[in-house]
Amino acid sequence: MSDAKVEDPRANAQGRTPKRRRLSRKFGRSLVPWLYLLPALVIFSWFKFYPMVLGFVMSFYDIQFYAPSEWVGLANFSRAFHDTQLMVAIGHTALYVIAETFGAAIVAFFLAFALEGQARHIRFIRTAIFLPAITSVAIIAEIWRIFFNSAQYGLVNSFLDLLGIPAQGFLTDPDQALWVLILMSIWKNAPYNMVIFLAGLVSINRELYDAADVDGASLWRKIWHVTLPGIVPAISVVIMLSFIRGFRVFTEVYATTGGGPAGSTSTIMTHIYKVGFEQIDYGYASAVSFMLLAFTVALTLLHTKIKSKFFG
Amino acid sequence: MKTSLPLRVAKFVVYAIILLIFVGPFWSIVMTAISGVSLKPGQLALLPQSPTFDNFKVAFLDMRVWRYLLNSMVVVSFGTIAQVVVSALAAYALARKKFRGAAIVSLLILSTLMLPEEVIAIPLYLVTIKQLPVIDTSIYNTYFAMILPVVGWAFSIFMLTEFMRAVPKELEEAARIDGANDWQVFGHVILPLIRPALGTVLIFGFIMIWDQYLLPLVVINDRDLETLPVALASLRSDPSITPNIIVAATLIAMAPSVIVYLLLQKHFNRGLMAGAVKG
Repeated sequence: MSDAKVEDPRANAQGRTPKRRRLSRKFGRSLVPWLYLLPALVIFSWFKFYPMVLGFVMSFYDIQFYAPSEWVGLANFSRAFHDTQLMVAIGHTALYVIAETFGAAIVAFFLAFALEGQARHIRFIRTAIFLPAITSVAIIAEIWRIFFNSAQYGLVNSFLDLLGIPAQGFLTDPDQALWVLILMSIWKNAPYNMVIFLAGLVSINRELYDAADVDGASLWRKIWHVTLPGIVPAISVVIMLSFIRGFRVFTEVYATTGGGPAGSTSTIMTHIYKVGFEQIDYGYASAVSFMLLAFTVALTLLHTKIKSKFFG
Repeated sequence: MKTSLPLRVAKFVVYAIILLIFVGPFWSIVMTAISGVSLKPGQLALLPQSPTFDNFKVAFLDMRVWRYLLNSMVVVSFGTIAQVVVSALAAYALARKKFRGAAIVSLLILSTLMLPEEVIAIPLYLVTIKQLPVIDTSIYNTYFAMILPVVGWAFSIFMLTEFMRAVPKELEEAARIDGANDWQVFGHVILPLIRPALGTVLIFGFIMIWDQYLLPLVVINDRDLETLPVALASLRSDPSITPNIIVAATLIAMAPSVIVYLLLQKHFNRGLMAGAVKG
């Protein structure tokens, strides 16, 4: 903070500060912050900034292994607009993001409402249902593959059987696979959102509820007119974060269906992975990556703007 | 206030449904893992049938889960510690020092919060394969390739910076008058005061690194170096393995993050709020 002010008394106490030493100390002191920053700067340069620049440059080239890479200008970018597989993947991603975001927000809202309070059993339930949220995506994916096994004796199919519903294909059915993934993400993310909503609920002024009681408001009207407006900031945060994270969904899909069956769960990132690591077309994959990045940055900036509107 | 009986029953039913949906699945996983009866693919047990721990033994030794667990442990422990150390040092400079370029540095670091790691997967893969600048060696297919990229995390730098800013200036001044040098102020004044924040950063770093999937997938090409989440998929594709053993392996993979969460739960909730409100 204010180093100069702090150092002065000591310098006076020692009673000697030759001009040259003071100069070199001044220089040394301006170097000190950089020494603390050095490890972080090295790591960030190597593994964030340099790859980012490299990826950006590559997106203007046709990268070839045994021949010099060829500058193709914006060809990789314009190619993206004619890539029907990419368009399908964008469609899946958009559906995934929207359904997952609103699904997880609604479920989380009910969870928060049901599990508000400090009673011991409620705290226990809150801790317990956080299990999906802290488990790795790849592990959740393994678990869901087993639950939603298409066999008659699969766990979910057995339950459906009890209700008289015939066995479903789930992850093996092109019409259902994406929805199973959406359900999986809602299941994993709702407890996360719940915690954010709970903080929003705590911040609501209790007197508003009392005032509503005095006015004879029903439970439903209290939720609609007091609770919901009170947690609007929390809702906006949850929705925007989920949007930003959702567009780069990869592990959820790759570890369950790998984009199948018949490409029915391909997303932008699984498409990039396929183009980059299976077809080894780094230039084009980088171009699509950068378009995704630009989109994410735009969403993040929008989020910041909305947030500052609400939080002042 | 006494709640009426119907309301209490209704509440009980709601709690039961919530637990059934969010925890029930894990119940069947545990039951299947401790069942001695071998099941068909996709089949799960709801109650233990001839309970045994053999599945864990087979998974751990025969399926070499110990090896993948060891890899994950190496990556997560070195990665988390390095991340917290690097972040704390950087945060100290950003929070408590005035220097030319501070604004640009924090802007650069902050901007990576907007950068999804997935987007730089391909260049990152190429960076690890090629000779890294300055040290002139390739880290592809080594632990370093999984550890070093996750050491730099803007979230933890940002979080620690915020907490270090909140430490009153007077404490630092008092220490300096007592003759403490910069390093001592950092180690004996600032760090002890932000211990709760260190806990938060630790648990988030742990879970973030434990969750890594794409990175080990692209920078490792040797089955013996695979981390547990990546290795699970290859285990599953082996047709000779029964679901009992796969779920046992899954439970082993889950254990560390569950333990860390239960131990550091308090810090976790605080970090969640900070992350939600700040970005």
